[in-house]
This record gives sequence, C-alpha cells and structure tokens, in this order.
Amino acid sequence: MNASFTAEELQFQEDARQFLEAEFPKDIRAKVEQRVRLEKDDYVRWQKILYKKGWAAPNWPEEYGGTGWTAVQKYIFAEQMARFGAPEPVAFGMKMVAPVIYSYGNEEQKKRFLPDILASNVWWCQGYSEPNSGSDLASLKTSAVREGDHYIVNGTKTWNTLGQYADWIFCLVRTDNSVKKQEGISFLLIDMKTPGIKVSPIYLIDGTPEVNEVYFENVKVPVENLIGEENKGWTYAKVLLTHERTNIAGVPRSKVRLEKLRALAAKTADGNGGSLSDDPIFKKKIAEAEIQVLALEYAELRALAAVSVGKAPGPESSILKVVGTEVAQFIDELYMEMAAWQSLPFVPDQFVEGFSGEEIGENGEAATALNYFNNRKASIYGGSNEIQKNIICKAVLGL
Amino acid sequence: MLQDSVQKFVHRHYSFDDRNAIIDSGSGYSDECWQLFAELGWLTVPFSEDDGGFGGLATDMMVLMEEFGKAMVVEPFVPTAVLGGGLVAALGSEQQKEQNLGPLMEGKLQLGAALYETNGRYNLASVGTTAKRDGDHYVVNGSKILVLNGESAQQLLVSVRTQGAERDEQGISVVLIDAASSGVHKKAYTTVDGHRAAQISFTDVRVPVANCLGAEGEALSALRRVVDRATLCVSAEAVGALDMLLQKTVEYSKTRKQFGTAIGTFQALQHRMADMFIECQLARSIVVMAAMKLDSNLPDAEKARAVSAAKSRVGRAIRKVGQEAVQLHGGIGITNELDVGHLFKRVTGIETLFGNSDFHTARFASL
Repeated sequence: MNASFTAEELQFQEDARQFLEAEFPKDIRAKVEQRVRLEKDDYVRWQKILYKKGWAAPNWPEEYGGTGWTAVQKYIFAEQMARFGAPEPVAFGMKMVAPVIYSYGNEEQKKRFLPDILASNVWWCQGYSEPNSGSDLASLKTSAVREGDHYIVNGTKTWNTLGQYADWIFCLVRTDNSVKKQEGISFLLIDMKTPGIKVSPIYLIDGTPEVNEVYFENVKVPVENLIGEENKGWTYAKVLLTHERTNIAGVPRSKVRLEKLRALAAKTADGNGGSLSDDPIFKKKIAEAEIQVLALEYAELRALAAVSVGKAPGPESSILKVVGTEVAQFIDELYMEMAAWQSLPFVPDQFVEGFSGEEIGENGEAATALNYFNNRKASIYGGSNEIQKNIICKAVLGL
Repeated sequence: MLQDSVQKFVHRHYSFDDRNAIIDSGSGYSDECWQLFAELGWLTVPFSEDDGGFGGLATDMMVLMEEFGKAMVVEPFVPTAVLGGGLVAALGSEQQKEQNLGPLMEGKLQLGAALYETNGRYNLASVGTTAKRDGDHYVVNGSKILVLNGESAQQLLVSVRTQGAERDEQGISVVLIDAASSGVHKKAYTTVDGHRAAQISFTDVRVPVANCLGAEGEALSALRRVVDRATLCVSAEAVGALDMLLQKTVEYSKTRKQFGTAIGTFQALQHRMADMFIECQLARSIVVMAAMKLDSNLPDAEKARAVSAAKSRVGRAIRKVGQEAVQLHGGIGITNELDVGHLFKRVTGIETLFGNSDFHTARFASL
C-alpha cells in the first residue's frame, strides 16, 4: 500500500480516462449530469461497451473474464468511472450472483450463466428479503419442495430492486424446516418467465417504483438450478453479502459528489451578497464530509491490501458499509441544504427522459430532497447498519 | 378546547387515505375542509379581537398547528391565515383589513405571500423584485420562488423594492396583487410533502398605488414579525408530526418480530427510541418557550431570537427523529403505503421552510 501511484498506475489512469472520454455515451453522461433517471437500455448499452473493452468485471477471476487488475488498478478505474458519472454495472448479476456461481456452481452452471452475465445479455435480480424476514434474513420462509427433477417454490420476496427488468432471479429458499434456521436454506436460480411468478411494484416516497414484491405460486424450478449443495445456501449468501459490503463504501462517488458540491456552493448565493462557499457553517460541513471520506478511503485501501495478500474480505467490510452509507447520506443532506427552497418542489417528471417543459430550479436542485429520501435505504439494505454493528460486536470484539 | 375540536375533525374527516385523496385532487386542498375550518372558527385564531379574530395568540396557533402536524393537514392555513392575513393585519389600513380579513375568516379568500427570491436564500431583505411608480400605479417586475398556496391564492402579497439596492433594509414594501393580473405568470407544483406552491414571475404588472400595505418602503420589520409567527407555526406543526413518528415507531417495535422476538426488546433500539423521545420533548419545550415570548411584551429582538432558537432546535430534532423513525421501521419506512414516510417528508420540508437550522442558528447568534 502506497500513498502515491507508480508510473504504470498513472499510465493506467490515463488509459482509463481516455477510454471513458471516448466510449462512455454522451447521452448517458448528459442524463447523469441532469439527474435524469437511467433506463434499462442505458445500463445495458454501457455495460456492453465495457464488455467489448474487456473491462466489465474487474473483480472476477481472469479465467471467467475478469481483468486481472491489481487492487490499485480497480480502485483507479472505479474513481475514473465516478468522475465521468459512468454507472457501475448493475450489481445483482455482475457483483452478487456471479461470485456465487464461480465459487460454488458446477462447471455446467458456470458455462451456462457466467458468459451472459459478463456480456450483459441477462438481467439478474435478488430474492432475499421477505415481508417477515428483513434483518433476520435466516428466518426466511419461501419454500422449495423437491418433486422429482424439480423444486416447487412458494412464497413472497420483497425489496426486489429493478425486478421489473429482470430475466432471472437468485433466491434463498427453505429446503429443510427440521433443522436450525441457517442450515435449511438453499441457493436457487429461477427464470423469471416461469409460470407462477408475479412482480408487483412498491412505490417509494420519492415517487419511484424502484423495488418490487415478487410472488411465487407453485413455481417449478429444475433441480439443476440449485447452486452447490442443498441446505448450504446460507454459507454462500454470507460470502455474497461480504462482497456486497466491500463494494458499498462508494468512496469514488462520494469524492466526486463532494467536489461538485464545492463547485456548486461557490455559485450558490448565500442571501447576503456572497456565495455559500463563504458561509462558515456550510464550509465546515463540507470539510467534515471530506475528512470522513478520506478516513474511509484509507480504511478501504487497508482492507484491499489485506485481500491482495490473500485474506478473504472479513468483518472489517462492515466498517465500509456503515461509514460509506452514512457519509453518502450526509452528502445527500448537504445537497438538500444547498438547494434550500428549491429542494421542495416535487417534479419527478423533470428527471425522466424527454422532459421538455419549464424547469424548476437549476443543477438538479429539485431532485435533492428526493435523493435524500430515497437514499435512506442505504443504511437499511445489504444488511442494515445495525446488523453490521452486531457483526463487529460478535466477530471482531468477541462480545 | 381548540385541541379537542381539531382532534374531532381529524377523526371524522382526515384519515391518511382522506389526505392522499386531497393531495391528488385538482386544487390540492379540500374546500369542504376549509369551510369547516371557517365554521369552527380556526381561521380567526391568528387575528386579534380588534381585527375580528379570536385573539391572535401564538400559544393558540401552536395548539392548532401541533394537531395539524399529527394529521399532516395540507390545507393552506399558514400561507393564507398566518402569512397573508398576518401581513394585512400588521401593515394594512382599516379599509384593506375590512376587504381582506373578513372574507378570509369566512373561508372565502385564499392568499399567498411571495417573499423569497433565488438570490436571497432565506433573507427577507434580499428583494430584487422592483415596483416603479408610474402615476397612480406601480409597475412590478421580478420573480419569486416557492410561493406557498401560490396556485389557489386569489390575492398575492408580494415584497417589492420601491427604492434602494437589492439587500437594503430600507425601501421594501408589500403590495397586494390580484393573482389574475396581466403579467403574473405562475408555475405551480406539488411540494415533496404534499402541499401546493408556485414559482411566480411578474412582468410589467400594473398595481394601484393604493394596494401598498402600510408606509411605502417601511415593510421589512413587519414582514419579519409575520414570518416569525409563521415559523413558530410550522415548528409547532413539526412537534406534532415528530410525536407521531415516535409513537408509530414505538408501536411498530412492539409488533415487528425478528430473531424470534419483538425488535422493541433490543436494548440497542430501546435507547435510540429514548433518544427520539428526548428530542421530541426538547423540541416541544423550546416551541412553548417561543410561543410564550411571542405573546409577551418583550422587545422585538427578543422575540425574533426566541423563534430562531426554536426553529434551529426543532430542525435538529427533525433530522434525528425523522431519520431514526425510518431506520427503525426499515424499508417499509420509505414506502408510499405507510404514513411514516410521509411524516418524514413533511418534517423534512418544514426544516427548510423560512430558514433551516443553520440559518436560524446564525440569526440567533447575530441578534
């Protein structure tokens, strides 16, 4: 771990910058800058460009299509992506189910699923939480009963993000009721086109149908869609959640958002003839956020350094999840405070492609409160921040 | 008595579903409810007995607003009765009061106060909208952001500069402008917390000089006093809404089971709810303090300081209690179907209204 980049790393940074400059579609970049919501096509089009370049899945092992980058290169690339506002590949396929498939799936499953994930031919979504199983995920009740060559799946999954776009869903299902709750769970891949699956949107308070409930009624799933061994799903899921957490710190994005915030503050009137950049209270808040992001950045680099010498990402990743989401939420608050009155209009149409009416506010000001509301989810999902603290207590502090 | 009457009204007419239907309706508020407000005498609460009102006490407005806060009432009580009516009462001639306050208290007149501008942030003295004298008219040009009730208001009370430079304290007047006047352009919208507002521009709008409220160029101190009363009102509304958030969170924690037990049995969560309770109590206390000072004979600066203290402290409580209520509910806390998310949005909206905590902390320190 070094405080500055080597010449090779600097060259890589330049290559990444040039690639993004040339290949990240200008229309998607404009949407991101104007805070227009991205559609499925935007994600898929961009991910296919990354795929063509061979950069779709930096974290995968090379044999399945990973880039073979060092931890520092991955870090540099993520930072450049954030700088251009380029969206990270949608996590469910690339970052969540793929590691489980290449770690625990059989050869047939690897061949069948990984290439389509890498090439963004198939959109995946997650079937973990249930209405009565949130933080206590292991209490899940969706059942999969073996009948000949199939499982028959019944139950309800919730907080399913962007499931309306999905071709496949990976699910935790109960295959044994007679044992300790963690020991009767299996990891099942299900084609969303199977009869008996219904997707129903849940509207959030920012007005978006971003998440869904997914209902399973006598859904027939071939047994070859089981990952690994029956009743070992909890072990696989825990590994997956650890991966989710290391990706959750969001340092590059927070850094870029803070830079933009500072630039916008300099252009925002303070009401007294100066700009918000002159406002000591606001200045102090930005500085505090920057300092927190710096500490988080070096916490992440230390964790990466540990992984690069062969240690699996451990409970330390809980720190990245807690602090990463909290600092992102604090930045949401700062944007909202900066927009002041203009944070209040509820004009979601303004942030949908093709809007041509009269705009309220500038620089996405009218999206700031909505972002603040929406992103309260960050401290809830991926193992709530309370669960992360339980993990720290148990696994690190020995309490 | 006032509290009892609002609670009865809410019980009969203002369920969460009723409220959602009202927000989705054309005008964004219920005229039926508004007429009830008038019949029940609530629209007279902000006005002195001399002006035909109930007494105009801040402590009475506080009681009313707290109950409104619990039910998330969206009817334009603050913009019409407290801000608009308040400006007429504070600055207007007997004739102007007669023309406006009577119909207002009868539920027949909707008002909006157009006071804030893009460059002014929360500074009421930052007035770039100009009113230039032309014979017995003013010609008004400029633009105001977030005029509460701007869509339905028949008359607008607009802060204009009749002389001086953009942030001079002198030279600010308040004029009554008929919302249907030529040159008034409204861009109306719903706010994130279910209220209605508009961005309003004025292009060569001709306003009779007789529509100026009070002495030309001398309106700022009255403007501040009236906005302080409105600030007290929304702070009290927040106190009601925060209590609901706490109550709903505690109830939920007793019924939501995870790990084989109600989540309310976890001490880590119990302490957080205790912290929410402390915040709610401090918010309530400081609002009571501000209301009592507004009703006292203390100097204006003391009163202003009390209101800023209240808004600043309530804003801190809003962040804490609002965020914790959502966090303890989990994902369900940010869904449309549950009232908790809507309470969270309303209190967050209030945090911005008439200046956020940082603004009021600085104002408190400067007074």
